[in-house]
Amino acid sequence: MSIWEYANPKKFIATTTPVLPWVMWAAAVTLVVGLVWGFFFTPDDYRQGSTVKIFYLHVPAAMMAINIWVMMLVTSLIWLIRRHHVSALAAKAAGPIGIVMTLIALFTGAVWGQPIWGTWWVWDPRLTSFLILFLFYLGYMALWTAIEDDDTAADLTSVLCIVGSVFAVLSRYAVNFWNQGLHQGASLSLDAEENVADVFWYPALVCIAGFILLFVALVILRTHTEIRLRRARALETRMRA
Amino acid sequence: MIALLKRDLALAVRAGGGFGLGLAFFLIVIVLVPFGVGPQAELLTRIAPGILWVAALLAALLSLDRIFALDHEDGSLPLLATSPLPLEAVALVKGVAHWITTGLPLTLAAPALGFLLNLQPSAYGFLLITLLVGTPALSMIGTFGAALTVGLRRGGLLLSLLVLPLYIPTLIFGAEAVRRGADGFSATNALVLQGGITLGVFAFLPFATAAALRVNLR
Amino acid sequence: MMPDLGKYVVEVLSAYAVSIVLLLGLVWISVRAARKARETLAAVEARKEKRDG
Repeated sequence: MSIWEYANPKKFIATTTPVLPWVMWAAAVTLVVGLVWGFFFTPDDYRQGSTVKIFYLHVPAAMMAINIWVMMLVTSLIWLIRRHHVSALAAKAAGPIGIVMTLIALFTGAVWGQPIWGTWWVWDPRLTSFLILFLFYLGYMALWTAIEDDDTAADLTSVLCIVGSVFAVLSRYAVNFWNQGLHQGASLSLDAEENVADVFWYPALVCIAGFILLFVALVILRTHTEIRLRRARALETRMRA
Repeated sequence: MIALLKRDLALAVRAGGGFGLGLAFFLIVIVLVPFGVGPQAELLTRIAPGILWVAALLAALLSLDRIFALDHEDGSLPLLATSPLPLEAVALVKGVAHWITTGLPLTLAAPALGFLLNLQPSAYGFLLITLLVGTPALSMIGTFGAALTVGLRRGGLLLSLLVLPLYIPTLIFGAEAVRRGADGFSATNALVLQGGITLGVFAFLPFATAAALRVNLR
Repeated sequence: MMPDLGKYVVEVLSAYAVSIVLLLGLVWISVRAARKARETLAAVEARKEKRDG
């Protein structure tokens, strides 16, 4: 019994289908609890006023946007090395979620930046890298939709994902070199001297957990969709033959 | 390898198109910029390095889809794949050929267009050097993008969407080096980093390009 | 019930509204696509059954 058994599409669907509703409800409950807690029951920050509440969306979305790309990189590698279809399809399923997360992070960031920094947008390293990440997501999904043959698409997008990851990291540092920015450093790291206070920290944690659960639920659901669509296509062609 | 390079160059010269077209596009973009931002000399001086770099990058983008398209259409791509030459070497040669037909002319033309944008006299050397160092990376990255989209009917637009984000680091370091050099600061850091990217790109991307080609030829 | 958002009402509310709309939209699209895929597959399999007898 190894973990690779779950790479069989049938086995994957059979195992994850009973889990899926639980994850979905867990995601919904955690998100609602976290956001309601953050929105209604936290004090305002003494400098930022009520805009701190935006961070219960901004921080988890930004974290997910990056982590989803990492997850796509890992599944792409698994596909290229071990040729498990579920892996490639999971990467495809995660793409649009990543796009939405990046959009949320960019939008909430802009809305927060308007009153606090006095501008919707600055060409700050963190903001710029997020925009670049967004472009990478777009290119990745565009390549998926452009290629008709499933395996070819999976291979090419995997290669693009790997090369893109290298360039995404390069861009991150290039952008740093190009402009020093307004954005503060990581505010949730555990070793930092000055961190956010507990009142903000706990609801933020719940929100992060909610976003992760939501992502897991959506990826499972969307991977099921891709598997079923591909199976339907395969059956169609076999019947026509 | 040399034979393939010669063949590609001969084809490019005979076909004419890509060669002159890229340069003409470069010229037109540079001419359009003052219409867009106004004719004030000091403003143009300030934005000239960036505009020249962006325009060169777009011009290099223009002929990318032809790197493999012609070979794909007349069926010589499968032949290249089965030839004794490894596909990685083919990818490398294609990148070099694209650079010689596009990157090099753009680099040589850039100083002339610098006059149009009132570029600072101190910047010309840096412009030439950064383009010389940076455009090979653009060609190689473009070859990779072309390999990804080789079988697609409407690959051109997709190609630019895929390739342009990959151009960002080269563009940043290139334009930054020119700007710093022109203002009398040290441009060494940016130049070295840009050179590093170019070398890295030439070391690794032929493999990715060859992998993409193999998938597309399957 | 509604917390006092001070002068940043528009910013905070729009951030929440847009994010929630985007998330719900994503969920809705995913669920709908999942249902469609299930139906398509079921239809194709049913046809196959009938043909193979």
